[in-house]
Amino acid sequence: MAKTLFDKIWDAHVVREVAGGLTVFYIDRHLIHEVTSPQAFDELTARGLTLRRPGQIVATADHNVPTRHQDQPIQDPLSRSQVDKLTENCAKFGVELYGLGHQYQGIVHVIGPELGITQPGLTMVCGDSHTSTHGAFGTIAFGIGTSQVTQVMASQCLLLDKPKRMRITLDGELRPGVSAKDLILHVISQLGTGGATGYFVEYAGSAIRALSMEGRMTVCNMSIEMGARGGLIAPDATTFSYLEGRRFAPQGDNWDRAVAYWQTLYSDEDAQFDAELQFDASAIQPMITYGTNPGMGIPLSASIPMLADAGEAASFDKSLRYMGFEAGESLLGKEINYVFIGSCTNSRIEDLRTVAAYVKGKRKAAHVEAIIVPGSKQVELQAIAEGIDQVLADAGFELREPGCSACLAMNDDKIPAGAYCVSTSNRNFEGRQGPGARTLLASPLVAAITAVEGRLVDITQYLN
Amino acid sequence: MEKFQTLQSGVVPLPIENVDTDQIIPARFLKATTREGFGANLFADWRYAAGGQPKTDFVLNDPRYQGHQILLAGKNFGCGSSREHAAWALYDAGFRVVISSYFADIFRGNALNTGLLPLQVSDEVLQALFAAVAADPQLPLTVDLGAQTLTVPGRTEAISFELDAYKKECLLNGYDDIDFLISQEAAITAYEQQRSWIA
Repeated sequence: MAKTLFDKIWDAHVVREVAGGLTVFYIDRHLIHEVTSPQAFDELTARGLTLRRPGQIVATADHNVPTRHQDQPIQDPLSRSQVDKLTENCAKFGVELYGLGHQYQGIVHVIGPELGITQPGLTMVCGDSHTSTHGAFGTIAFGIGTSQVTQVMASQCLLLDKPKRMRITLDGELRPGVSAKDLILHVISQLGTGGATGYFVEYAGSAIRALSMEGRMTVCNMSIEMGARGGLIAPDATTFSYLEGRRFAPQGDNWDRAVAYWQTLYSDEDAQFDAELQFDASAIQPMITYGTNPGMGIPLSASIPMLADAGEAASFDKSLRYMGFEAGESLLGKEINYVFIGSCTNSRIEDLRTVAAYVKGKRKAAHVEAIIVPGSKQVELQAIAEGIDQVLADAGFELREPGCSACLAMNDDKIPAGAYCVSTSNRNFEGRQGPGARTLLASPLVAAITAVEGRLVDITQYLN
Repeated sequence: MEKFQTLQSGVVPLPIENVDTDQIIPARFLKATTREGFGANLFADWRYAAGGQPKTDFVLNDPRYQGHQILLAGKNFGCGSSREHAAWALYDAGFRVVISSYFADIFRGNALNTGLLPLQVSDEVLQALFAAVAADPQLPLTVDLGAQTLTVPGRTEAISFELDAYKKECLLNGYDDIDFLISQEAAITAYEQQRSWIA
């Protein structure tokens, strides 16, 4: 029977089906971090259990860590205690930890792929909703809650309902200045923040095939922002060439065997999906969000919509009031106070290169604070090796040390109340970047141009 | 996990769509390493002004709804971050049921693993419930998990709701998935042995 990519990987991980349609589902790789793991370790201990497969877990400290002076003790006592707890737990339970100062430390969804831990055909979970990022490799990867973290620790399995399958096909060549971030912001703006709830999404089409692995990760990363359980893309030559030679990728004969298997991972021609959507990628423009969920996105040059559905008026009005915007107005010319380039969505070397290529020889606007937080130590070191750090410094951008940073503002990197921040991250929720902060989601290129101009502009006028 | 069987309680109405888990419990409160105490910061940025004073226009600070254990919320409740702390915060603040016309997937699972019932109704029923609570802030609803019904005073027929049979048993008895998964040890080992490509 014809199968989708998702079905092929799902079926290969069914331990057994139990009454009521639930599946005991095997998890190959478990990523953990300091925020959603301490209660899970405690629960394990309280029940007299231990880790079933410590070798299939990798830990890093990312959500809570400072992005300056990582060589010194963490100042905030609560953050320090949470990071210390992770270190203790990893030592006690025998888990590999890439903590602060380690050359492999970084945002959990950046380090998995760059170290070759993320591979096609695997199942991966993490107590973080952006685990969907790893789907870019043809992986079933999804975020879980702390109770499920405990379950995977104890049994290497989860008890799951099988999600429905959706395919989103994006065909066509991208316009100049349009990136993977614009593709996914466009898709989410069309589906809405809950439009893919209950589904696992496969992204397909020529526009997806043409993306780099970094771009594919950006797309899959934001699957959760339309409610999808996860997103994935069939692996191809781009995937294999990205993975070859990475630290934990298969080597030698194992590599050849792995590639032979990976090449079977695609949706069969007549495979059936529960929902299919098509988009003309060549019509997509540089995007920006204007509201307080990622579904509230528009082309930069468009106006904020008037509300079509009166039933949602209260939520829509609340959102615009929070942002200080009005329905029907254009965002062009709006002054911006902060630019944040980072997060598991857009903090990879390709993102930093895009920013550096644009800002080289330019200077950020005087009133803008521009912060760049690399996704990992590896990205930071690569940026330095390429001289990107100097380009950014000359342009007045501050290159920090790796972590989740102002994406969720758990550390000191917060946007002040009322300030506008163009951010390459994934969520524009109220208070996400700090209480009262106003977030506008955009691509790294839009962020870079905004930092230089100091206000929102039609970026198509600024491309070389 | 505590058992959940039946509940009769008033409602706290929150007629906002797409309530994300960053609103339910903002990230800066996630630095704790235990499960307790998150209720004090439930909806912190909607509930308290910057100086910590309660905002009188937020429903959780409205004296009419104090002690109510059912949250009635707009569609797509619990979207965004996977933080189970959101379910813990609701539970810690005394809620045992959230009614909405649909829930984000991860939140739904987290709620069930916390002993908090995500009770899904149609859009139409949800709007009717908001109207009924607006008319009578003390309106007591009765949730019977065994019968899978929601009873509303003044409505002749009880509203039935769906829930996976396994999850229902878990909630009724206070069981969680760990016990079940541990009991699958032999099947899991057999699976691992035939999966030769795992390092």
